[in-house]
Amino acid sequence: MSFPWANEYKPQHPVMQWVDERLPLPRFVYNAIGGGYPVPRNLNYFWNFGVLAGVALVIQIITGIILAMHYYASVDGAFNSVEHIMRDVNGGWFLRYAHMNGASFFFIVVYIHIFRGLYFGSYKAPREMIWLLGVVIFLLMMATAFMGYVLPWGQMSFWGAQVITGFFSAIPVVGEPLRQWLLGGFAPDQAALNRFFSLHYLLPFVILGVVILHVWALHIPGSSNPTGVEVKTESDTVPFHPYYTAKDGFGLGVFLTIFVLVTFFAPNMLGHPDNYIPANPLSTPAHIVPEWYFWPFYAILRAFTVDFLFIPAKLLGVIAMFGSIALLFFLPWLDTSPVRSGNYRPLFKKFFWFGLIPCIIILAICGVKPAEGKWILLGQLAGAYYFAHFLIILPIVSRIEKTEALPNSITEAVTGQPAAA
Amino acid sequence: MATVEQAESMTETSKVETLGEEGVRRRDFIHIAAVSWAGVGAAAVALPLVNQMNPSADVRALASIEVDVSAIEPGQAIKTSWRKQPVFVRNLTPAEVAEANKVAIGSLRDPQTLAERTKPGKENWLVTLGVCTHLGCVPLGAAAGEVKGEFGGYFCPCHGSHYDTAGRIRKGPAPLNLEVPEFAFISDTVVKIG
Repeated sequence: MSFPWANEYKPQHPVMQWVDERLPLPRFVYNAIGGGYPVPRNLNYFWNFGVLAGVALVIQIITGIILAMHYYASVDGAFNSVEHIMRDVNGGWFLRYAHMNGASFFFIVVYIHIFRGLYFGSYKAPREMIWLLGVVIFLLMMATAFMGYVLPWGQMSFWGAQVITGFFSAIPVVGEPLRQWLLGGFAPDQAALNRFFSLHYLLPFVILGVVILHVWALHIPGSSNPTGVEVKTESDTVPFHPYYTAKDGFGLGVFLTIFVLVTFFAPNMLGHPDNYIPANPLSTPAHIVPEWYFWPFYAILRAFTVDFLFIPAKLLGVIAMFGSIALLFFLPWLDTSPVRSGNYRPLFKKFFWFGLIPCIIILAICGVKPAEGKWILLGQLAGAYYFAHFLIILPIVSRIEKTEALPNSITEAVTGQPAAA
Repeated sequence: MATVEQAESMTETSKVETLGEEGVRRRDFIHIAAVSWAGVGAAAVALPLVNQMNPSADVRALASIEVDVSAIEPGQAIKTSWRKQPVFVRNLTPAEVAEANKVAIGSLRDPQTLAERTKPGKENWLVTLGVCTHLGCVPLGAAAGEVKGEFGGYFCPCHGSHYDTAGRIRKGPAPLNLEVPEFAFISDTVVKIG
């Protein structure tokens, strides 16, 4: 599971030794995030974001369990119970704002984590399984975030539930029955709210389970690094503790500082004011948009405006939106370049910074703008580029690109000297 | 912290650099300072996480009620609800007052006189929580026809505690007299509880 030179766990205290002999949990922790896990010595701050995502998940679970102590999932009472949390519960405003913004910050760090992986080729062999599990976590996060957004039963909650479950009605033949089955009715109502609450409470623990698999899979080849060159000798690594506990600790301090600044001073910056209006099944808000982390996908959904080859536009949009995430499952086999890190891939790097990144930003902007005029066209172009990037450009670039010379080892990349034998 | 071991493995020259004048290394100081500060932060976060379980503002707002007692005849009692707990308001008959006053205070488990448990000039108005001080059941004796126990006050059927006509514990496992909440007569017929 690790490199031969990994430090062995030697309990200092007799009590720890007693525990270790009977249940090697301290050893497990030591080998996972302690001095027993050798990590490449050259990780930059982008490698903080895995730990930050883990912390964000824990923040969501703790604040979420507490909010569930005061919330009740009823179409008559849900909205009021959220207001009760805001006004009456001791410190309730803080807990709700932390949970609300915690979701956004979870997505921020996860997106940075994903783009770190995309740029530095972390999805390539032998780390495909880590990537695949990561995409599963991402999908679970999206489902959890959506169902959580429904719970306050405001206008955006209700109409978000209406629209998102509407995706399923695009499926031929079984679509509408499937949607009714999901909602337990013909429109979002008590049955839907109750099951969304139940699942919103369940899924974070499923995410936690998949995160454990994700970290387990990570510990088999060990962490990737900015050069993409595999670890060869002991001088290429340092123990996770204290080197990366300290570095992650610093990054965590910065992350938490920004998080509390937003939570305390601009708690509603990332939310939508319409969700402070109680749900009204008879009136849709003039302009409904999902939370910011769904904007790019929302733009892809709306990019299809005409039927094509007998496939209705509605179905095309839904297929494209799910496809935009599903194709990430195939990424390790679409990018066939043996070089991992974008730092040594001049052509890949250009397409990454001047193709993929602007494309996602444009999609996000199109997702929040009204679906009319130039925004539709722009969304269509950016959406087309998104798919072309992964399905056409990456495979071709992998074949024709002349990559730059890789350092012989991580040690050489850091010190300029070859590693001592 | 792996600092000590590392310092030991350092060369002599770098050791001299990191050791301060009194042998305290700057790295040790910054570690202790950083971890302590993280501890302060964790404690500050723990406070609202714990405090949220205390009664919320809407619960605390139920703190006082007013009860019209004009319809309670001597010998009768009513049950009302204060802070979601039952409250007994009882109009004692002169015989019950006399019986309560003739008990030797020293013989009581929780010594209190009737006067200490009522308002001056209104000794016949006994206001107590209807919560047995043993384990919280509602004692019988407030409604007509209920068992009043061996001492003519209240009787808790859960574990057999007997209270007298002043609501004082006389027999059974309960440790204290029925609690008298803070109350006041705001007129001759209206009691404010809480």
